[in-house]
Amino acid sequence: MKLALIVFVGAASWLTAAPPIVIQNATILTVTKGTLNGSVLIRDGKIAEVGENISIPPDAKKIDASGQFVMPGIIDCHSHIAADSINEGSVSVSSMVGIQDVLNPDDVSIYRAVAGGVTTANILHGSANSIGGKCTVIKLRWGKDATDMIFEGALPGIKFALGENPKRAGNPTGQRIGAGNVPGRYPATRMGVEDVIREAFNQAKAYQQSWKDYNDKVARGEQAIPPRRDLKLEPLVEVLEGKRLVHAHCYRADEILMLLRVADDYGFKIRTLQHVLEGYKVAKEIAAHGAGASTFSDWWAYKLEAFDAIPYNAAIMMRKGIIVSLNSDSDELMRHLNDEAAKTLKYGGLTETEALSLITINPAKQLMIDNRVGSIEVGKDADLAIFDKHPLSNYAKVEKVFIDGQLYFDRATDVAERPEREAEKKKLMDKEKEEQKKNAPAGRGRPAA
Amino acid sequence: MKLLPVLLSAIGGVLLAAPPGAIAIRNARVVPVSGPAIQKGTVVLRNGLIEAVGAEVTVPADAWVIEGDGLTVYPGMIDALSTFGIPEAAPASGARAGAQAATPQPAAPLAHGPEDRPNTTSWLKAADLVKPTDQRLESVRAEGFTTAVTFPTHGILAGQGAVVNLAGETAGEMVVAEGAGQYVTFATSPGFGGGFPNSLMGVLAYIRQVYIDAGHYRQAKQFYAAHSRGTPRPEFDRALEGVLESSRVLLPATRRVDVDRLLRMADELHVEALLYGLPEGYRSADLLKNAAATALVSLKWPEKSKDADPEEADSIRVLQVRDHAPSTPAVLARSGVRFALYSGGIDKRADLFRAVRRAIDAGLAPEDALRAMTLTPAEIYGVADRLGSIEKGKIANLVVTKGDLFAEKTEVKYVFVDGAKFEPIEEPAAPKPGAPEASGPASNQSGANQ
Repeated sequence: MKLALIVFVGAASWLTAAPPIVIQNATILTVTKGTLNGSVLIRDGKIAEVGENISIPPDAKKIDASGQFVMPGIIDCHSHIAADSINEGSVSVSSMVGIQDVLNPDDVSIYRAVAGGVTTANILHGSANSIGGKCTVIKLRWGKDATDMIFEGALPGIKFALGENPKRAGNPTGQRIGAGNVPGRYPATRMGVEDVIREAFNQAKAYQQSWKDYNDKVARGEQAIPPRRDLKLEPLVEVLEGKRLVHAHCYRADEILMLLRVADDYGFKIRTLQHVLEGYKVAKEIAAHGAGASTFSDWWAYKLEAFDAIPYNAAIMMRKGIIVSLNSDSDELMRHLNDEAAKTLKYGGLTETEALSLITINPAKQLMIDNRVGSIEVGKDADLAIFDKHPLSNYAKVEKVFIDGQLYFDRATDVAERPEREAEKKKLMDKEKEEQKKNAPAGRGRPAA
Repeated sequence: MKLLPVLLSAIGGVLLAAPPGAIAIRNARVVPVSGPAIQKGTVVLRNGLIEAVGAEVTVPADAWVIEGDGLTVYPGMIDALSTFGIPEAAPASGARAGAQAATPQPAAPLAHGPEDRPNTTSWLKAADLVKPTDQRLESVRAEGFTTAVTFPTHGILAGQGAVVNLAGETAGEMVVAEGAGQYVTFATSPGFGGGFPNSLMGVLAYIRQVYIDAGHYRQAKQFYAAHSRGTPRPEFDRALEGVLESSRVLLPATRRVDVDRLLRMADELHVEALLYGLPEGYRSADLLKNAAATALVSLKWPEKSKDADPEEADSIRVLQVRDHAPSTPAVLARSGVRFALYSGGIDKRADLFRAVRRAIDAGLAPEDALRAMTLTPAEIYGVADRLGSIEKGKIANLVVTKGDLFAEKTEVKYVFVDGAKFEPIEEPAAPKPGAPEASGPASNQSGANQ
């Protein structure tokens, strides 16, 4: 029922009546419908036809992709690009803040991610808070304003964080984050993190009740002042009501189980566990809760709570029935998530399609946007990446990237325009130097009086 | 003969003499801004007001006459966003209007959320803070400013502005109008543990909560007024009082993305916003136009930091902004966006005029530049009935120059504030490199100006 809502809101207003595009002679990795050699037809920003032999409209713009591979645009379920701030680290419940307020469409990391085949990203608040800020799913429509990047109709999210980060931010002696004389901030232990989350939801339930009471009064015809709107508690009420997805940063098995218990107690769902490096230890419990898992391919031991990570994590969790994705959490890693997916062929023996699903249809399911993106199917958004080789080869390069059927990256164009950009840059620098000389404070350089 | 005024003004730019019954500037070129220039006209000032202006005006018998041959009379310029007149705001930098982040009060207790009203002094009023003793007033008048819209600038909701004339015997005399708006900065606490908010999104969330709270507070007060018996009284909240008193809010918009997000926020909160700063205004005109927004453009154009590592190359975007920023006023004028220019704290005439000339060189019509520093700011702040142009009955704030305003060699001969005449100290012409060394008193003065 939520999915239906997304479909209707999804009518994109920026699309203009561009001619259809057909990508021909390609190997098409649909992820959900197998692999075939043939063509993809793009019309009005959507995938109109996929097949070995499709009828090509006479006005279609043809792209010959002989020897190349087309895959769905990559989806990164954990990113911090395109935002002017990431952490509101002052308080341990910062749900009043939101990434949507600070989206920065000029962040060049967006373009670089597109150049790595990424078309959609979940932009998360940082992990300094037991309950962090609100999160936003964006399409990487480089060149558009912030609002036009928002994945229309995608449910909003909120970041939770467990373990070292939220407790370290509260620990006056753990100078890893707040340098210098940072005053203590509750919590400083894992026990405290649980308490903070429970206390926040106690408040949220009371707040929810205060609005119910008010609405009842109004319904009875009584005069009353509405409760004060509380921007910290509103998102938590939305979590309780299933209108906002929880993305929880976590590492250790014990804290994962703790959070699932808390969520069960309060009657809400954890949509994704992020990082979840010990997820393989409690995969059955995660699957039972229905949470997704968004993890790293093979990095670990960068801090104590990451010591027990294994590169088989994604594969084991997948085999236990969890919807698993691989994420970047990094503007650099984001540019080659296809390499990250490829590692699961070796560690865990996933099939090629399963490996690709970790960065396409699975994150789409986790973000509840799989009716729009995540695979090459008729009717879905034309978010496509064309690679020169199989994307699971680490020699593969992205040639072209389409979002909503529009070309947002083209390697040939990018390379061709480089000298032009260099020339403009040099011109601007020379001009500035010239101005500086002209406006140099008079008398500078004259002999001292 | 030239020595006398120089000597007198050297004592402190003093009021040369209490004006007699009237002053008439005769046979000058008059640029009223509200209408076409008068090539040979007369302006009569009496009781601090403009008594008459025109080509056919008779000089009253009791008037002290200034021969205007070779001079041009303009309306006094209005600095549309400033701290001029508030002596406490004078220190070196930081407090400059338009500065991105003011330092929070160090001793303030840590805020744990919006309820603690962090970094907020929304109740402060510039009209209560101005003093004629602000040492900057003299140099600012020498730039041609007779009025400033001046604001408390420390904090997120820093306080309320006032339109003030830049001379007066008492603070009360200086104030032309209060309630110019609430000045907002995105001041954050440093680092983690520094108290809420310590991020831009925290500041924005805070502002949103405060405006929601203010609406609720008003509602609760109204309800209480109607149902005092049996209703617990709402708690007095001076931060919200200050917000409710402010009819408009000034928001810092450095980049296009700021323009976009702040216009949306103003719309969401139902507040009239004035965006200030706007170095990327040249690429934000469509957003401003669509929202029918008003912009205050800082004349302090972005520059490469003097401390910048010469080896470090800026990105093309940064270079573009520095190059294109001065074209902002021209682009806004072409797009039909209402804008005023403000000094951004520039307090030397040569620097100010050079900054305006850069905008003119980038395509701004000189008359549009003048309007953006006179009548338009008066309109923006709702004081165009008394300031901003040379019209009968308006306040006698004038600038009299030899040469066109903003031209390189132009001298500001006289400045009138509320009809009182000032002769600015002439800034020594900057010696050209290689020009004969100036010596004696002149170079001493030069030192004092740096």
